[in-house]
Amino acid sequence: MPNNKYLLFLGCAIPYRVASYEISARKVAAKLGLELVEMPDYNCCGLPLDPANHEIMLTLAARNLCIAEKQGLNIMTLCPGCAGTLRKVNKLLKEDKHEREKVNGYLKEAGFEFKGTIQVKHMMQVLAEDVGLERIQATVQKPLTNLSVAEHNGCHVVRPQKHIGFDDPEDPKILKSLIEVTGAKCLDYLDETECCGAPVAGVNDKIPLSLTRDKLSHMKAVDAKAVITVCPFCHMMFDTNQTRIERMFNETYGMPVLHYPQLLGLAMGFRPEELALKELRVDASKVVNMI
Amino acid sequence: MTAENKENKLKATLKISDIDMRFKNEVKKIPGGERLMMCFQCGTCTADCPIARFSDTYRPRQLLRMAQLGLKDKVLSSDQLWLCAACYTCVDHCPQDVEISSVIRALKNLAVQEGYTPIVFKELAGAILETGLAYKIPELRLKKRQETGLPPLPKANVANISKLLNQTGFSKLMGKGGNSNAKQ
Repeated sequence: MPNNKYLLFLGCAIPYRVASYEISARKVAAKLGLELVEMPDYNCCGLPLDPANHEIMLTLAARNLCIAEKQGLNIMTLCPGCAGTLRKVNKLLKEDKHEREKVNGYLKEAGFEFKGTIQVKHMMQVLAEDVGLERIQATVQKPLTNLSVAEHNGCHVVRPQKHIGFDDPEDPKILKSLIEVTGAKCLDYLDETECCGAPVAGVNDKIPLSLTRDKLSHMKAVDAKAVITVCPFCHMMFDTNQTRIERMFNETYGMPVLHYPQLLGLAMGFRPEELALKELRVDASKVVNMI
Repeated sequence: MTAENKENKLKATLKISDIDMRFKNEVKKIPGGERLMMCFQCGTCTADCPIARFSDTYRPRQLLRMAQLGLKDKVLSSDQLWLCAACYTCVDHCPQDVEISSVIRALKNLAVQEGYTPIVFKELAGAILETGLAYKIPELRLKKRQETGLPPLPKANVANISKLLNQTGFSKLMGKGGNSNAKQ
């Protein structure tokens, strides 16, 4: 299967609330020679319903995998939740005959059968493994050498390690290397690998806001000028909710939160408006002015 | 001993009638819950849990112990269950290879079967039945996609998806069987 052509799995949160991620991702993908094909008839990856019922999660995920199999293309996602879910279910159904038969039993009624012929990758993985740092470096026209940033990996890109098998969850390096290829400096900070808490926001908002605030304060302590994320939910926690956090804790951060493809896009020489930087809740002009 | 202390001590005492000896087997039958009984209560999960750090009550170790003991009603009705963010830090760190987060997810699944379903899941399920996606994306936002040069969002075949929700028994579980927006 080609490693420069992917079905783009957009998921739910990105078209719902985080268009800037999609806009910038499409821009940098085109520049890198990645062909992204619209994925017809896709549904929610299933993850949001896993707490309610494991079987419906497996079945919804499998339906997406079957659509990709019919298209004969691998899937690329922008959301770590979707990537983690589709990767885990793809692996499980390929390896476990009993689970495969059970899920295929459900799928039969809807006219699908899981065969296990495709792969699923998060954008970060496509960039690191299929495009490679050298080819990314070759597209950098304006190295961001004046910029020091902090990274925040989405949990589901790397954990649980035994199911995902990408990067080291205890000491993640891949997003760092993708950031450094733009010329920016990626700073270490306390509790770097910690979750932002977004998944519990549906039942409790105080805990995720406290968690994100904790991370923001650790990023500020090392003088990061921006946060770089690769997840729509993490982005909502750091960007959309940042003013709420500032009010709640009576603190000021004003920390711009860029999607990774926005950072890379700036280094590639795209104009801020082409990368939808003005759609960010926290003003990112400070970052743009440093370039 | 003061009256209050006495009362607290009584509350902390487990009665044999509160225990369902078979409960652990129900948990172990759900994928991810298999290794429940391998938990030896070391507490690594709780020590490393980012949620536990900011909650006075959420303790994954405690939830696992309640499940092991068979305190079915107590654990399934507990609000704490829903605070797991599924960041999987505990899964990576458990020395006994217990998929703690998955055991907690299995407990959530059982809680839903008993009717303890946080409203957010009914909303998500309703949106999936109606649109295929977990959120109902407003028309305005779909139009804006085109204005910003994005391709139209692919439409999911909701009748086809609702077949899957029915096949797995999920529609029934949500009390949404035969949802009017998802006729076949």
